Amino acid sequence: MNINTTKIISLLFFIFSVFYLYTAYQIQVFAFDENAPFNARTFPIYLGYSGLFFSGLKLILPDPDTIKVEHKNLEYKKTGILIIIAIIYGATILKIGYFLTTSLFLFTSYYFLGERRWVLMFLLSFPFVAAFMYLLHGVLDIYLRDPFLKSIGVMG
Amino acid sequence: MIEGILIGLSTALTFQNIFMVMIGCFFGTIIGMLPGLGPMTAIALMIPITYGFDPATGLILMAGVYYGAVFGGSTSSILLNAPGVPGTVATSFDGYPMAQQGKAGKALAIAAWSSFAGGTLSAIYLLFMAPSLSKVSLSFRSPDYFALMILGLTAIAAFSSKGQFLKAMMMVVLGLMLASVGQDSLSDITRFTFNNMNLTDGISFVLVVMATFAMSEALTIILKRNDPTAAAKQVSLTELGSIKIDKEERGKMYKTIPRSSIIGFLIGVLPGAGATIASFLAYGIERNLVKDEEKEKFGKGSVNGLSAPETANNAACSGSFVPMLTLGIPGSGTTAVMLGALLGFGIQPGPRLYMTNPEIFWSVIMSMYIGMVVLLILNLPLIPYIARILAVPKNYLIPLILFFSITGIYVMSFNNFDIYLMIGIAVVATFLRLYDFPMPPLILAFVLGGLMEENLRRSLLLSNGSWEFLWDRTLTLCVLTTTILIVVWHIYKTVFKKKS
Repeated sequence: MNINTTKIISLLFFIFSVFYLYTAYQIQVFAFDENAPFNARTFPIYLGYSGLFFSGLKLILPDPDTIKVEHKNLEYKKTGILIIIAIIYGATILKIGYFLTTSLFLFTSYYFLGERRWVLMFLLSFPFVAAFMYLLHGVLDIYLRDPFLKSIGVMG
Repeated sequence: MIEGILIGLSTALTFQNIFMVMIGCFFGTIIGMLPGLGPMTAIALMIPITYGFDPATGLILMAGVYYGAVFGGSTSSILLNAPGVPGTVATSFDGYPMAQQGKAGKALAIAAWSSFAGGTLSAIYLLFMAPSLSKVSLSFRSPDYFALMILGLTAIAAFSSKGQFLKAMMMVVLGLMLASVGQDSLSDITRFTFNNMNLTDGISFVLVVMATFAMSEALTIILKRNDPTAAAKQVSLTELGSIKIDKEERGKMYKTIPRSSIIGFLIGVLPGAGATIASFLAYGIERNLVKDEEKEKFGKGSVNGLSAPETANNAACSGSFVPMLTLGIPGSGTTAVMLGALLGFGIQPGPRLYMTNPEIFWSVIMSMYIGMVVLLILNLPLIPYIARILAVPKNYLIPLILFFSITGIYVMSFNNFDIYLMIGIAVVATFLRLYDFPMPPLILAFVLGGLMEENLRRSLLLSNGSWEFLWDRTLTLCVLTTTILIVVWHIYKTVFKKKS
């Protein structure tokens, strides 16, 4: 049996299924439901066994079409930065508000992806977000929480 | 039925809905032209916008995006030999050679008219088939539904995995596991929440779709250093030539279109199949049906070879609505996204949909005709202009996709946890995509998870815990036998392939 990344993913999925199955057995059901033909833990238990079955098969059966990924050709740095910016965006959006954080998220993302046309970067962040907010909030009546705009009296 | 058609027409022909079809087709065409970004991403990005509309308008918008994406995919297949969506791969076999011979305009015109005819004919088939199937499916019971859902999940795993059936089945199980998080629908007992209040209501469908498609596709593009807009930039530079189709070519299309539309529609109806299989099958069958002289031209710019897959892939799109609208079981990843969106509106598609919500059922069917006309107007004269819009650099496109994804979740929950969860799922999905783990089976399983559990619960309770319900009814037994055959065949193939 060749050890490749697909097999490692299958092994991780197998372990995950064991954990899922263990947690499924721990689900607390009502006393009168304990011996019922179907209760809250029945379906998850079957799912846990299905996970074990398919990942187990993937582990033991041959892998005819092994996928080889050239890691040196992958752009980990930019992807990582983008993910971090997205996490910061998620962390600040509620406190600071939609307009400012979204505009800054777009602006910094353009920058880290290598864009340097400042005017275009600005137009596709601050005015673009303002227009999109107007579409959602003003036209489609979808509520957007924005403490910053509220504090300066732009939003009600 | 006449009354339903009139209701559908009056709903679909409102100014707002015609406008939505146009917006959907336009947006879908743009996304469909970008290799790597398919209809599921396009529809996922539209979901937050649909919250502002009534369900019929929302579904009309999403359906427009769907046809547009398939239609747009054919353009990049013909002009650049770079199919925007898998369903248009077969289009490039004869479309691209035609473009190389300086007949790009003609190839686009043949593709556009074939798509239009395929979509329109299949909408007519849908018009007649959907109500009849709805009536038949009223006799279905919980065991039948449970078996049909298992068949749907197995079939989508078999078709979407390109020889990696077990990987696809693991994704199915993962999708069902994600769907099991939160309160049990009957007893309200919380499961897999680990005392986190944010998980009590379960994981949002929009969150999973955005994470596994829009966001993870954007991250994959960056990670693999792909540039989906690079190909599109060349489109505007291409000399299109005349778009006129002569009498002889029209004669060939008249024969190809009806048969390919039937093949496409029937394949589209099957769970898990869809535009890709339909287009390849129609291409293969057409090659066998034409005269030897025409057969020689296949792969070198044949009119029949271009018309057949284009007709079939659009017909399959309409066909894939049949199981969703009549059974409430989506047949493809794309219709699974639409089903999830409908459930979000509080509407349960199924055999009773055309009685309880006729305006939704019929207006979607009617909007297909309008959509086809819009696409015909869009694709032919506007292609060079659309191509210029596509020249937006990757550096702008990717952050905008991430922005739409995060906004979609933010407007739903106003919750940081959901955003973190979405980023986490997107990172895992990106990693899994690198190793060819398909995402459509995960989405279909996630959408069907609750319904599957509900039908299994009813079946087991009615049979007092006995598994006899699996073979008590002929329909259940037939469906389950088919499922087992698919599983066994694919496992056998995996072992046999290695030995050979």
